[in-house]
Amino acid sequence: MTAPVAAFTAVNRFGLGARPGELGEAAADPKSWLLAQLAQPDASPAIFTGLPQSPDVVLELLTLRRQISAARAEPASQAAPGKPSAPAPDAIGRFGREIYLREASARIQVQLQTRQPLIERLVAFWSNHFTVSIARPAVLGLAGAFEREAIRPHVIGRFHDLLLAAVRHPGMLIYLDNAQSTGPGSRVGRLRNRGLNENLARELLELHTLGVDGGYTQADVTQFARILTGWSVAGPREKNPGGFIFRHGTHEPGEKVFLGDRYPEAGEKEGLDALALLARHPSTARHIARQFATQFIADDPPPAVVARFAEVFRRTDGDLAALTRAAIDAPEAWAEPLAKVKTANEFVIASLRAVDARLDQPGTDKAVIGALKGLGQVPFAAPSPAGWPDRADGWIGPDAVMERADYAATLARRLRGRIEPSALMETSLGPVATTALSQAVTRAASVDDAVALILASPEFQRR
Amino acid sequence: MLTRRRVLVLGAAGLIAVPGIRLALATAPTENRVVVVVLRGALDGLAAVPPYADKDYASQRGSLAFAAPGEEKGCLDLDGHFGLNPALGDLLPLWQQGELAVIHAAATSYRAHSHFDGQDMLETGGATHALADGWLNRALGAMPYAGSRALGLSVGPATPLILRGAAKTGSWEPEHIIPPASQDFLDRLADLYKDDALFSQALGEGLQAQAMSEEVMGKSAGSARNLNGAQYLTAAAEGVGRLMADPRGPRVAVLEATGWDTHQGQGLEKGRLALVLKGLGQSLVKLKAALGPAWQRTVLVTVTEFGRTVAVNGTGGTDHGTATVAFLLGGAVAGKRVIADWPGLAQEKLYQGRDLTPTTDLRAVLKTLCQRQLEIDEMTVENRIFPGSRQAPAMGDLLKA
Repeated sequence: MTAPVAAFTAVNRFGLGARPGELGEAAADPKSWLLAQLAQPDASPAIFTGLPQSPDVVLELLTLRRQISAARAEPASQAAPGKPSAPAPDAIGRFGREIYLREASARIQVQLQTRQPLIERLVAFWSNHFTVSIARPAVLGLAGAFEREAIRPHVIGRFHDLLLAAVRHPGMLIYLDNAQSTGPGSRVGRLRNRGLNENLARELLELHTLGVDGGYTQADVTQFARILTGWSVAGPREKNPGGFIFRHGTHEPGEKVFLGDRYPEAGEKEGLDALALLARHPSTARHIARQFATQFIADDPPPAVVARFAEVFRRTDGDLAALTRAAIDAPEAWAEPLAKVKTANEFVIASLRAVDARLDQPGTDKAVIGALKGLGQVPFAAPSPAGWPDRADGWIGPDAVMERADYAATLARRLRGRIEPSALMETSLGPVATTALSQAVTRAASVDDAVALILASPEFQRR
Repeated sequence: MLTRRRVLVLGAAGLIAVPGIRLALATAPTENRVVVVVLRGALDGLAAVPPYADKDYASQRGSLAFAAPGEEKGCLDLDGHFGLNPALGDLLPLWQQGELAVIHAAATSYRAHSHFDGQDMLETGGATHALADGWLNRALGAMPYAGSRALGLSVGPATPLILRGAAKTGSWEPEHIIPPASQDFLDRLADLYKDDALFSQALGEGLQAQAMSEEVMGKSAGSARNLNGAQYLTAAAEGVGRLMADPRGPRVAVLEATGWDTHQGQGLEKGRLALVLKGLGQSLVKLKAALGPAWQRTVLVTVTEFGRTVAVNGTGGTDHGTATVAFLLGGAVAGKRVIADWPGLAQEKLYQGRDLTPTTDLRAVLKTLCQRQLEIDEMTVENRIFPGSRQAPAMGDLLKA
């Protein structure tokens, strides 16, 4: 029995592509299949066991940095015998890369194996919304922990909690420079002649909450940056070592005026109040609604859908489970099963899920990371704080389409003898496989070509 | 009709890891070597070895007919009746030295037109339906040898069906050369994309950009991809040759080449087919060189699932046909001969009115290799390796005495 089109939509529009049998599981009641994933999410998949927590990473980085600069200050000839030798100058990079590869590999495994692909899609969406990118090498060892610690626990929680967790995470504070931002009038600012860094404040307004047209000015950015001074990462001898700290010594003293409201000097509370306001701001509701609709409905979602999502967000005070249910309930989400194009990561993961790949041989996870690099989406490496694009034109261009064809051909070649083309077509595409595709598959010059044609077909690359 | 034998399961064997080939010190059962080159997609035998002197050849082949040797658009001469495609000119010295024989009008027992099923039949050696393992693997298992080393070798991450089965085999892959999607595959993809504006426009521009950069470099469209495929084949052939040259190395190897399914723009002295033929010829010459003295004890055979139509189709190519050629190369081959019970190309002689009629059962050639070159006894070959092929007995005179 061929699964209904709605089953394809459930496992692709809202999932990560069908593993063999998944279309059948979703077929009976696609919406309930999705809603069940929201009911009992696996908050911490076992694959993540053993990955380091961010405070440990931060403290190790600080230790390495201290040891390296100490070794530089002290010539080798004077090094006391018996003293442990200093770490190599590239030790920080190696430490970060090692953790990064483990994190990237673990995320690939989770996306490959998950029985709750909707949850993983939400993690990917919110992780992209609050991008922490290894384009800044300083967060190489923290980007994965950021997603696990700050994003994952809140994807069907409240937006306000998600926002706070993201902003206060060492990964974000370092990535967008707030850890170093210093009030010019603060004790440390006056003493060391250091000043403001507006990076986090600006992106919080432009990307994370209000949106670029959300009704704020440059003055608001500066004021918000002043409010957020002191929000930083704790050193080993401070409170909460390696985690969030509010430092009075770098906080800009005095009253701030932000978005028309007065914020009398209140230390950390100023930032908490400002973020609470932003989480409930109507512009934030609209901005999130538009992004959510772009992710789950269409590149240019109908204004009515955006308005509905914004209303749900506002009415439920940013209940992200309610927002997700609204997307599942939207008739528009089910109307055009192939409206969206898969990102490179979604494409690669879908291809591996479709063939029930197990990356249990040494080096296979690195091969997948290599493939993602070739297709332009290195894990945790979004080109800017705005994250990866969420429109077809960001993914499908002349180069990309050829790269994806090469990837499909290479994967098919490696799968030789394990995949039967017509079965693959049925279990991965089911009702949306076109006659043209099944004809092309039948006429393909080899099984390899047939499998590659399925993987490279428009219906496989869309969701 | 597709066989449902293959299952949609990725086994415990990993997805991407490629096991290295190990050379073992154990004694081999024979010093003879066999190389099987599988040409996937159906090689046009009438283009590879044109029967230029056949009275019906020129009229039946139309625009894809070669002129006689020496003339404009002429083929190379083999024996006054058959010629050689000029793109295979690298093989002419082997012909002169008696190391190349051609079996013409040959086919497996498969008579339909599906690539998959045709390749299954070719690789399993089945008579009417495909068996579960490859005939070459069964041959390895039947060699009088009880050692534990892998005597068979294939190239690439996955073992081709012809070598799959109970007997242990090894695999190897040239490093740093990963063949991209072939030009032929991209053309099929372009066809598949034509109803999707986004994908078809992107691929169209991608192909155009590729063609433009190649034009600047003075190459024909798609040649880089075909060249890359040929480079891979050359590197594979050279590597296989070196491994087989070693006394401790494998005795049987499989090479695979694609790009033969020339439905469009097949071309004559230039074009799609000429490009892949050129790559094939060059690779085989490299293989010979790499084998060194072991070449004298080597037989290489090229096999393909079926041939192509005699007539040109509406897009300058040929469609799926029946009989085709097999090339036999090596120091052990009794060469400089085109072995054919030539059926002729007159309309009434064609198989189903459109294909070259098969007059030689390809299994007869392969059985000869098993018996003479791999030293497997006749009973075993008949019963286990090519069951149901008694009507196609081994050919006595293919190899040197």
